[in-house]
Amino acid sequence: MVPTNYYIILSAILFGLGVFAFVFKRNIITIFMSIELMLNAVNLAFVAFSRALGKLDGQVFVLFVIVVAAAEAAVGLGIIILIARNRQSLNVERVDLLKL
Amino acid sequence: MTAPLAVFFVLAALAVIGAVNLILQKHPIHSALSLIVVMVALAGLYLLMGAEFVAAVQIIVYGGAIMVLFVLVIMLLNAGIEEHTSISKLAGVPGLLLVAALGGFIAATIARSTDVVQAAQQTGEMSSTKGISNMLFRDFVYPFELTSFLILVAIMGAVLLAQREKS
Repeated sequence: MVPTNYYIILSAILFGLGVFAFVFKRNIITIFMSIELMLNAVNLAFVAFSRALGKLDGQVFVLFVIVVAAAEAAVGLGIIILIARNRQSLNVERVDLLKL
Repeated sequence: MTAPLAVFFVLAALAVIGAVNLILQKHPIHSALSLIVVMVALAGLYLLMGAEFVAAVQIIVYGGAIMVLFVLVIMLLNAGIEEHTSISKLAGVPGLLLVAALGGFIAATIARSTDVVQAAQQTGEMSSTKGISNMLFRDFVYPFELTSFLILVAIMGAVLLAQREKS
């Protein structure tokens, strides 16, 4: 059996990489993908704890997270299409309408 | 090293390499493909943990539906190589600081709670799909119905957003 700690550490590493990609990347689609990476890291922790505690609640919650991620992807990509149509660019630095 | 541990390290290395590649690649389509590698590796890890239903859903919904949507939008918008200005290169510094702070916090939490997690009984084999469906349609039936409402709203929102404005 693989210790639960290993899964949690892997989950933390993936979440950290997702946070870094979220801050560092400049393409709006890649930023959106790093959000998905963070959600995946959290799912891994959920399943690991579900196994460690011998309860299925964590796995059921993962299904809900996946549903919310799918809905978020649909709406978010719609917004991205709108931004690309209005700004002719996918760079987040060009999306600065609120900047003084 | 036992067999499950070896499989874990191979899949974990695959996931971490995919995530690092997502950051290193300049073109969004390459980032999307490395994200698919991460998701498939995570599905393997779920199988290793005996969560076969979650693994299947991970492959079908994440690797299939969501990533196809991403790749479709990247190709639809003809997304090119991302450009970094000199200011945006500096974004890596607060990013690294944030990751370091977050990593320290998580490491401290793991170090503190190790005993509780280790003391918990490890039940490797559980009839996961049957149990999940029992819980989903009995204990969590109201949240389950709410998610269908959420998806309905998301569909309407996506259609409304992507619609061309009538002039």
